[in-house]
Amino acid sequence: MNIGYYPGCALHGSSNDCEQSLRACLSALDVQLGEIKDWICCGATAAHSLNHKLSLALPARNLAVAERDGFKQLFAPCPLCSMQLLKAKKAVADERVRKELSEIVEADVRGESEVLNLIQLFEKIGVDRLKPAVKAPLESITAACYYGCLLTRPPDVVHFDDFEQPSSMESIVAALGAKTVEWNYKTECCGAGMTMCNEDIVLELAHKILSNAAEHGANCLVVACPMCHVNLDMKQAAVERRFGKKLGMVVYYLSDLVGLALGLSAEQLGINRHFVTQA
Amino acid sequence: MENQALGQVTSERLPVHFPDPIQVANCYQCGKCTAGCPVAMHMDVAPNQVVRLAQLGEWEKALRSRAIWECVGCQTCSTRCPKEVDCAGVMDALREASLARGMAAPGRYFVVAFQKIFLENIHRNGRLNELELIGHFKVDVLLHTGRIPFLFKDAGLAPQLGKRKKLHLIPGRARDRGVVERIFERCSGERKA
Repeated sequence: MNIGYYPGCALHGSSNDCEQSLRACLSALDVQLGEIKDWICCGATAAHSLNHKLSLALPARNLAVAERDGFKQLFAPCPLCSMQLLKAKKAVADERVRKELSEIVEADVRGESEVLNLIQLFEKIGVDRLKPAVKAPLESITAACYYGCLLTRPPDVVHFDDFEQPSSMESIVAALGAKTVEWNYKTECCGAGMTMCNEDIVLELAHKILSNAAEHGANCLVVACPMCHVNLDMKQAAVERRFGKKLGMVVYYLSDLVGLALGLSAEQLGINRHFVTQA
Repeated sequence: MENQALGQVTSERLPVHFPDPIQVANCYQCGKCTAGCPVAMHMDVAPNQVVRLAQLGEWEKALRSRAIWECVGCQTCSTRCPKEVDCAGVMDALREASLARGMAAPGRYFVVAFQKIFLENIHRNGRLNELELIGHFKVDVLLHTGRIPFLFKDAGLAPQLGKRKKLHLIPGRARDRGVVERIFERCSGERKA
């Protein structure tokens, strides 16, 4: 499998533990990632908030570059990046928009490549292939699978799983020998993009998510988004201070759990670089 | 189709341009958007009321509201709307218009400044430079509010991030920044005019 890879700014920035985890995990599964050449930022919340046209053009440029390089599939581990790519892809279905965007980004945007999020990548690899590769079943793990906002929303753009009751992550986690819990905040937003500029809201949302997972018997949270990880892991100490309670909820990337089950170490996966670690 | 026509009349008559699929006129005020919004309790105008303001063409109120800057863009409202109104898209269009017309709520200065500085950052670098973003944002807030403690807020995280090799003193930039510059130029033409 050779899949086009759009890391986005987070994975080359402070969420580089996510990239480490992915790369370790995928090389153990013999999946090659081809980073697309000279990718640019998707514009994130800032672009879709402040400049609609730019919020289509920036991801369209990346789509065009990936397509020019011949990638039929484009893996974007950050759900905001992947939603932006998919919005651009949807927009270029209109030939007039496609022509305009192609001119703006100086490359032919066809919008034909399939955009994959982190969960879809493991689905492509296949539970059938993961199961026999499990060397260390995750018997001690009872996970709350957290999807957050943009993995399943908006459904007419991302077309992924059930947008109210998703279960794709649970299927993968169960194949690794771990237990999962039913809980209430699977698809509630953690406020990700507002970590720096509207912290009150972020701490409140993170508190609800982390507490609800604990109340339903989870001993860890599993995420498929680098932004969720920042909010729930790095900011967890701030949540504990604000709400005056100890949470100690370990937050894994989905690839961490896959990697652990494949027999990789916490160090290989970068789990030792998380903020909240197993007591 | 009647509804769509109403929507078109509204956006022609008034200064905010909504991209085609937003269908603001379809809203019948059931309030489901507000019920599911994770931050509605912090808003001065609830999401369903924002849509109503847009229907009525009450742009002044909509563009000056704090609500549009409290929105976290999680898409729950648009996803659950029984009338397929893209409420999150309404928020985006209102934010863009609010900033372009200098009407952004002063009480939400942090959010507005952050988004602007974020865009300037990728305009310059092609990819986000996190340290530059943090530095720029903190200095901007300091100059604007005079709040010195804000400069040091979360400073304790820096050594922890460093220990975890999460800080990049020399971040990657896009090589072809010329194309980034031209994309920005072509996308901001209308606003300059």
